[in-house]
Amino acid sequence: MFAETPLVRRKQRQETIAKWIFFSMAASMIVPLILIVGYLFQRAWPSLSLSFLIDVPTHGMTEGGIWPALVGTIYLVVISLAVSAPIGVLAAVYLNEYARDNWFNRLINLAVINLAGVPSIVHALFGLGAFVYAARFGYSIISASLTLAIMTLPVIIASTREALASVPRSFREACWNVGATRWQTIRGVVLPNSISGILTGIILQVSRAAGETAPIMFTGAVFYKAVQKGDLFPYHLQDQCMALSMHLYTLATQVPGVKESIPFATAVVLLGSVLLVNAAAIILRAYLRSRKKW
Amino acid sequence: MTSDTQIAVQDLRLAYGHKEVIHGISFDIQRNEIFGIIGPSQSGKTSLLRCLNRTIDFTPEARVSGVIRVDGEDVRKGRDVFALRRKIGMVAPLPVGLPKSIYDNVAFAPRCAGMTRKSQLDEIVEQCLRQAALWDEVKDRMDSLGTKLSGGQQQRLTIARALSHQPQILCLDEFSIAIDPVTTMRIEDVLKELRKDMTIVLVTNLTQQARRLADRTMFLWDGEIVELGRSDVLFSDHPANRKTYEYVNGIFG
Repeated sequence: MFAETPLVRRKQRQETIAKWIFFSMAASMIVPLILIVGYLFQRAWPSLSLSFLIDVPTHGMTEGGIWPALVGTIYLVVISLAVSAPIGVLAAVYLNEYARDNWFNRLINLAVINLAGVPSIVHALFGLGAFVYAARFGYSIISASLTLAIMTLPVIIASTREALASVPRSFREACWNVGATRWQTIRGVVLPNSISGILTGIILQVSRAAGETAPIMFTGAVFYKAVQKGDLFPYHLQDQCMALSMHLYTLATQVPGVKESIPFATAVVLLGSVLLVNAAAIILRAYLRSRKKW
Repeated sequence: MTSDTQIAVQDLRLAYGHKEVIHGISFDIQRNEIFGIIGPSQSGKTSLLRCLNRTIDFTPEARVSGVIRVDGEDVRKGRDVFALRRKIGMVAPLPVGLPKSIYDNVAFAPRCAGMTRKSQLDEIVEQCLRQAALWDEVKDRMDSLGTKLSGGQQQRLTIARALSHQPQILCLDEFSIAIDPVTTMRIEDVLKELRKDMTIVLVTNLTQQARRLADRTMFLWDGEIVELGRSDVLFSDHPANRKTYEYVNGIFG
């Protein structure tokens, strides 16, 4: 009764082939990552050291470290997220918890979706017009950060809405039934149980804000800025600043005679810091999931 | 309308978009009675309860007309919808333990209503858990999560929460759908105790449950009242409507 027939053998063979095709495609995703990281590390190795991080560039940026760019990137990321995270989270709470399905809220949704699809170079031009010229912030950290904030905002809204929507509606109804207002419901049940997803979504935007070059190049990032070695607060908000992504672009294309390993080391620092932040997000999520309450 | 009428419904109509689900029904519910509502799913039972405490407001496409009076006050003209909802305890079909501690589950409503004194909250929490016959099982672990209780315990927690804002009316919407018969019987005993203090509206799919508990029962069919009367008549061999007899005795439906 359970003997193999030719038909069964053929089906099993197809099953095996199908499984291996799918597996190899999925597994091949690892290859580019290993190649990129391996290649970068190999080329960057001669320059990688702690002093590379905290030294300033010397000899017309052909030698030395990347401290001003590293600090500049931290400035830009922190300030832009300090602006976009609260706005994005509050907007998402409105859209997910309060908004009824009418034309105005559909318009807001449409705006958010389209804003997410705008290319970064267009954000750059907008930032140049809006913040540098119209708002008279000039080429500055504040202009660049606000441009990055606008760029990350729609994604934060989308990820926050997703986190809010993962809280079952029955919890909300239970709160409404006992006479809680919408705000009491949001504060008492919805936010405490979606905060992990909200935070993860925000942290993942760090990598985008840190990696983009065009928006800050147009609005506030410069080739070179004299900064003291290891100085933690070298910039004012209305100063221009250096940034890792911009620095990498400059070293690779604009400066003749750079020691070959320095651009690669810069790329390693950029990639490393982004991966570090993403890893933090993954750990945070895993930790909060382990305390999931239902 | 007599002075003992707690809820008076007149010509209530409810439509979701263009689909009318309640077609102009009128009935009264007396103070301190257990009022059973039976009928198949889709007959409008849950929608009726949602009109009563105005959580129907959260369904944007719902259109309500007619008048519902609770203690003589038109619920749809009332300014303080939260006070209305506190007056009515609502228990949903599926148990909902909020993802909070057992204590906070029961203390949530009083806190929302502005109560902050710890001693007062302690008292209410204990009283409600006792009323819901859950106190003895959870009194030593008030800090554990409400969502980690068993289904039957969660349903009693839901009842405790519905009692925590000291309602005058308790509505139960098919409360036994997800719990075992033993727990069901325990909750039915709880209801028999509670009826001294409040009016109970018991929506149920189990006709026998209405027969056991309800003073009067209403048979809803497709958004209309087929029959409304004393349970001993409605569940007898000779109810006013032939359809009632057939439904109750499982000949159709």
